[in-house]
Amino acid sequence: MSEKEIDDVTGVATTGHEWDGIKELNNPLPRWWVWTFYATIVWAFAYTIAYPAWPLISSATGGMLGYSSRQDVRSALDAAEASKADYVAAVEAASVDDILTDDALRTFATAAGAAAYKVNCVQCHGSGATGSAGYPNLNDDSWLWGGKPEDIRLTIAHGIRFASDDMTRLSEMPPFADILSETEIGELAGHVASMSATPSTGAGADLYATNCAACHGDSGEGMVELGVPNLADAIWLYGASEEEIAAQIRAPRHGVMPAWQDRLGETTVKELAVYVHSLGGGQ
Amino acid sequence: MTAFDTSIERNAIEQHTAEPVNAASIRQPLYAPRRKIFPKRAEGTFRRFKWRVMLITLMIYYVTPWLRWDRGPHAPDQAVLVDMANRRFYFFFIEIWPQEFWLVAGLLVMAGFGLFLVTSAVGRAWCGYACPQTVWVDLFLVVERAIEGDRNARIKLDAGPYDARKLALRVSKHAIWLLIAVATGGAWIFYFADAPSLFVGLFTAQAAPIAYITIAVLTATTYVFGGLMREQVCTYVCPWPRIQAAMLDENSLTVTYNDWRGEPRSRHAKKVLAAGEAVGDCVDCNACVAVCPMGIDIRDGQQLECITCALCIDACDGVMDKLNRDRGLISYATLADYNQNMALATAGGTSAIDPKRIRGRDGRLLPGITNVRFTRIVRPRTMVYFAAWSLVGLALLYGLMTRDRLQVNVLHDRNPQYVLLSDGAIRNGYTVKLLNKIPEPRAVVISLEGLPDAAMSAVEINEPASRKLAVTLEPDRLRTLKIFVAQPAAAIASSIQSFRFVVEDLSSFEADSYTASFEAPQP
Repeated sequence: MSEKEIDDVTGVATTGHEWDGIKELNNPLPRWWVWTFYATIVWAFAYTIAYPAWPLISSATGGMLGYSSRQDVRSALDAAEASKADYVAAVEAASVDDILTDDALRTFATAAGAAAYKVNCVQCHGSGATGSAGYPNLNDDSWLWGGKPEDIRLTIAHGIRFASDDMTRLSEMPPFADILSETEIGELAGHVASMSATPSTGAGADLYATNCAACHGDSGEGMVELGVPNLADAIWLYGASEEEIAAQIRAPRHGVMPAWQDRLGETTVKELAVYVHSLGGGQ
Repeated sequence: MTAFDTSIERNAIEQHTAEPVNAASIRQPLYAPRRKIFPKRAEGTFRRFKWRVMLITLMIYYVTPWLRWDRGPHAPDQAVLVDMANRRFYFFFIEIWPQEFWLVAGLLVMAGFGLFLVTSAVGRAWCGYACPQTVWVDLFLVVERAIEGDRNARIKLDAGPYDARKLALRVSKHAIWLLIAVATGGAWIFYFADAPSLFVGLFTAQAAPIAYITIAVLTATTYVFGGLMREQVCTYVCPWPRIQAAMLDENSLTVTYNDWRGEPRSRHAKKVLAAGEAVGDCVDCNACVAVCPMGIDIRDGQQLECITCALCIDACDGVMDKLNRDRGLISYATLADYNQNMALATAGGTSAIDPKRIRGRDGRLLPGITNVRFTRIVRPRTMVYFAAWSLVGLALLYGLMTRDRLQVNVLHDRNPQYVLLSDGAIRNGYTVKLLNKIPEPRAVVISLEGLPDAAMSAVEINEPASRKLAVTLEPDRLRTLKIFVAQPAAAIASSIQSFRFVVEDLSSFEADSYTASFEAPQP
């Protein structure tokens, strides 16, 4: 820059910058600002020494304070675990029935079960536990394998038709496509569809008595011990129409649910049982 | 010779060397360091009033958390308590839950209108008398004067070298300031916890870290604002000086230098009079500047920095008394009165200020002079502010008197909206929240109103489904219930049916209800 230009009005030197005749004065920065600026520079250097900062070839400087965000997460998780340790121990020691009668324990187990449900169960049973065709609705009062707290726990723990668990719930309906003719299957399906309202009489009813009543019961009440569905209620796992029922008679589909005990542990399974029981259909 | 020619020399009026910090003649560059202010001790009506206000406000601040108020065994007995942990606010007989915070919002609205009202009536009275900044600066100045002496001694000390005496005085001053600051921060936290037990906890290192942090922060702000920054907080930090211009009008009382009787000012009235020139009441002793905690000269007119503490009135009245002249050379006055008097003194603006126009032969002011009239306060503007202030107050009072102490809130389940049961019935789930807002346990009954065939059950209560549920509520707590309502298929008339959850206290018969809907597939 050539010569310093002094502004007439203020007596302050200008920077030489000019926009539309307006010149910028070269006033000093406020001292508090300057000192704050210097302080931030010092702070920045101190910070990079104290905390992980400078990138190296395959890692970064570790920082003198030994800070690690992963360690932070770990200790936060440990703290969360520790904070509920008492409850977890109590759940571990109690039966599902006991948990349900203890207000505090039930509240805890329901919350914990809801969390586990959202991770492990929603894929099949849905976020509202309403299920879908082939996947039971857990809100209603119809239970293939029993809706008592302990029944629910057993089902979750060992699964249904889950080959690798010795205690899994096991039952199968034979396919009737080879045993009954298409006409008979149609008649039978017609009768089964009528059972939840006014059961029909005639050929369908006779076929039912001969082929089905042994497992499903004389009036279609099912058999909880063997997971035999109730045919007289309003709830149909594979559909309520005659075609859907006929398809199920011809070649029944059998749902499989994994056993969760080995994967989630006994405590979480109990919590899940409490949660499912609290959805409203528990017996 | 009249009594009027009494002069500054004869009456031993102290002549102060005091320069206002904001005078236009010495306007400073933007980045200049602060000019120190050494306010002189003032004596007089307003100073005495300010001492009283200071005593009362400080008393309120320090004593309030220690007041007790019996609320029975289920609630704290502290009269004023902000219980953050339990989210309850107690104020004597009033208990506020977070959802009743609108009451506090209403109080803030009232505070706003109150500030408008006070400012339009008597100027920045809040700033001059009641603002914590003013009160604490006053307190810090008391300490400063007690240790370092009054204005001249302090100026001398400040200019002098740092010797042992100066060091001792400065250290003890700042030490006492810090003590006051700690006490200020310390008193604040007692509003947020049981004061006596927190007091013991504080000294046995048992109190929560946040208590110590709060004390530290408030100690720092009190010390910095009250001791170090002082008038700069009012001038540079606070927005109110900027807003005051919109609040004042020609009928607002403000601290005013009555130049219609003060000018032309002269330090040597006798000589000037002898020379046949006019002389006003102002002897230019600068007492008003010396006592000003803002370091300004009120004779420059109404200005942003003036907090209307009225200490200059006291100082000037003292001087006028000594000179045997009428008080009120500096006084509370409205612009309208001032203009009338000024018109009188200048014959309607046709001449310079002529003291003879406003004084009789005895030197006393003429009866035509308008003095402070407090009736000026009553005018449409202040009435509107007062009406708004009262309306909000009455609305709050009504809200407070009629608010429910037993409440029920209902949330319908979103997923699933309804559940088909094995017998064809439809069930809906609700999260029912019962709020018991009194510090006593309650026995209540929830019942269904509408849906004649429906029955309900709760996950938390092991009872068979029915139309009534007996529930116990803990004192001052909310209870959440998961309630299922089921209706047989035949009773379902439409996809949405309206009904009510009614909750009733069995002993007090207080009741509340919530209109909910029962959802079902299209029948």
